[in-house]
Amino acid sequence: MIHTTALTKEFVVGRQQTVRAVRGIGLHVDPGELVAVLGPNGAGKTTTMRMLTTLITPTSGTATVAGHDVVREPDQVRRRIGYVGQGNGAGHAHRVRDELVTQGAIHGLNRRAARRRADELLDTLGLTDLATRRVADLSGGQRRRLDVALGLVHRPPLLFLDEPTTGLDPQHRANLWDHVRRLRAAHDVTVVLTTHYLDEADAMAERVVIVDHGEIVADDSAAALKAKLAGDRIVLTVGVTASTGTDGAAGLARLAARLPGARDVVRQGDRVEAYVGNGPAALPELLRAAATAGIRVATACLYRPTLDDVFLALTGRSLREEGGVPTEAARTEVVA
Amino acid sequence: MTLTDTALRSGRGTGRRGLARDVGIVLARELRPLRHDPFSVIFGMVQPLVFLALFGPLLAGTLGDRAAGTLGHDGVWQWFVPAVLVMTTLFGTSATGSNLLFEFQTGAHERMLVTPLSRPSLLIGRALKEMVPLAGQALIIVVVMLPFGFRLHPPGALLGLALLAFFGVGLGALSYALAIAVRRQEWMFWAVQQTVIFPLMLLSGMLLPLESGPDWMRVVARLNPLSYLVAAERDLFAGRLDSTAVLWGWVAALVTVVCGVAVGVRAMVRSAD
Repeated sequence: MIHTTALTKEFVVGRQQTVRAVRGIGLHVDPGELVAVLGPNGAGKTTTMRMLTTLITPTSGTATVAGHDVVREPDQVRRRIGYVGQGNGAGHAHRVRDELVTQGAIHGLNRRAARRRADELLDTLGLTDLATRRVADLSGGQRRRLDVALGLVHRPPLLFLDEPTTGLDPQHRANLWDHVRRLRAAHDVTVVLTTHYLDEADAMAERVVIVDHGEIVADDSAAALKAKLAGDRIVLTVGVTASTGTDGAAGLARLAARLPGARDVVRQGDRVEAYVGNGPAALPELLRAAATAGIRVATACLYRPTLDDVFLALTGRSLREEGGVPTEAARTEVVA
Repeated sequence: MTLTDTALRSGRGTGRRGLARDVGIVLARELRPLRHDPFSVIFGMVQPLVFLALFGPLLAGTLGDRAAGTLGHDGVWQWFVPAVLVMTTLFGTSATGSNLLFEFQTGAHERMLVTPLSRPSLLIGRALKEMVPLAGQALIIVVVMLPFGFRLHPPGALLGLALLAFFGVGLGALSYALAIAVRRQEWMFWAVQQTVIFPLMLLSGMLLPLESGPDWMRVVARLNPLSYLVAAERDLFAGRLDSTAVLWGWVAALVTVVCGVAVGVRAMVRSAD
């Protein structure tokens, strides 16, 4: 569905200053996949998406989307993709249903078919009651659903969603994903999305592509990425008695090191920390071993990794802490 | 479901899309909010009448005895009415970029760019939208002015409106290009638009005859495409369909359209960068 080779995009930002926003992205997406593209602001996610949707031309490299080259046959690509950008696709002065009918006409539907399709989508996305409202009078969540509806009018086999849930409250976010999920189940649509919400990517996507500094730094299922790059972490403390002090912790650390896939075992006072292969299985095993050895464990916690841990392991930075993310200028290398 | 599926497939299969069809879609989309909001249209239609009523008598009064000599023998209204229509076109179409600027910010324009709509249709459709209220305005102005001695030559008037629409497309496209060029500093749009529009208007002999001005003004006016358009409109509304001025008017409009659409499409294709 998507094949790119060494795709790059440079922006001229001033005299003799070029920002390399995307530096050689090779992405392959098969039909029916749901791929989430993750990365900090300015990593090149949106720039990549804009190249794939024919909005901007790549500086170098090639991209074939839905069977057509984005530079040579942009019209063919545009016919086959749905695009929900970061802004609002519907014009604010327009009525909800009018915009959907117009979108149908743009994609070659006759008047009757366009109206029918508009009503279908209004129903699917729960907008029927708002059909004659002005777009400007809709709430953020309603407008976002309309954006998605606009992207679906021509039943595209490939749908691009650029931060579709940013600014929505949790209920509307959940709603929107419900729609996307149902859509995929019913029509086998390929979906490529970017999101700021790591939990969304985790829950929704079968495949996560992490982009940093304009390059793909990881590409796998969320579970595989977490197992490979972050792993489950267990943290235990031992009961301290007057006679043994924190000696139990040393024994516990030795036991932990024997767990399958154990690494980075750290003991600090009464506290033992370790990364293990399969946390939910390893923790009870360790507790049993401790009991047999007569070590009294006071507390035991299991931390399962998030995609943020994956990003941290890959880049040394967190996606979550906005303050920790370098500024745009610092992140994108400036070349003369 | 099956109906839409079939329709979609046939729509997809047609391959080449007509520019006219795309312009029609963009134009219809632009006009729809007007239908829901007729007051803004009515208000806009009355404005030129107010201008006509307040400026026309002053013009005739200022020129006094020389009026017949400078304005031609057709009378002040025959001189002034076509000019007011040109003025309305000038202001209407040169402002199209500002509507676009708004849709640029919201994302509606971006959505249209990721559709198979032909790029020029996005410019032409938007510019033509300004011409629909103008046709209504022209009708109202003509009807109101008839009792005051304005003589209507229907074929000339229709050709005059067609010429205005043609010119308006070019100007609208330029306005669109301007909006794209200044999209990061919105206020610039109006600053540039006003800076360009007023000299163009005054140096076209639209409001006041240039015959009474200094020589340098007449020289500059000859380089102003709008001068040719105004002269052509005056001839057309007077029923002189085959005059040289009319021919030059079409040439000026053609040059504006070719330059405007070329610059506008170029700006649009690069706009997402």
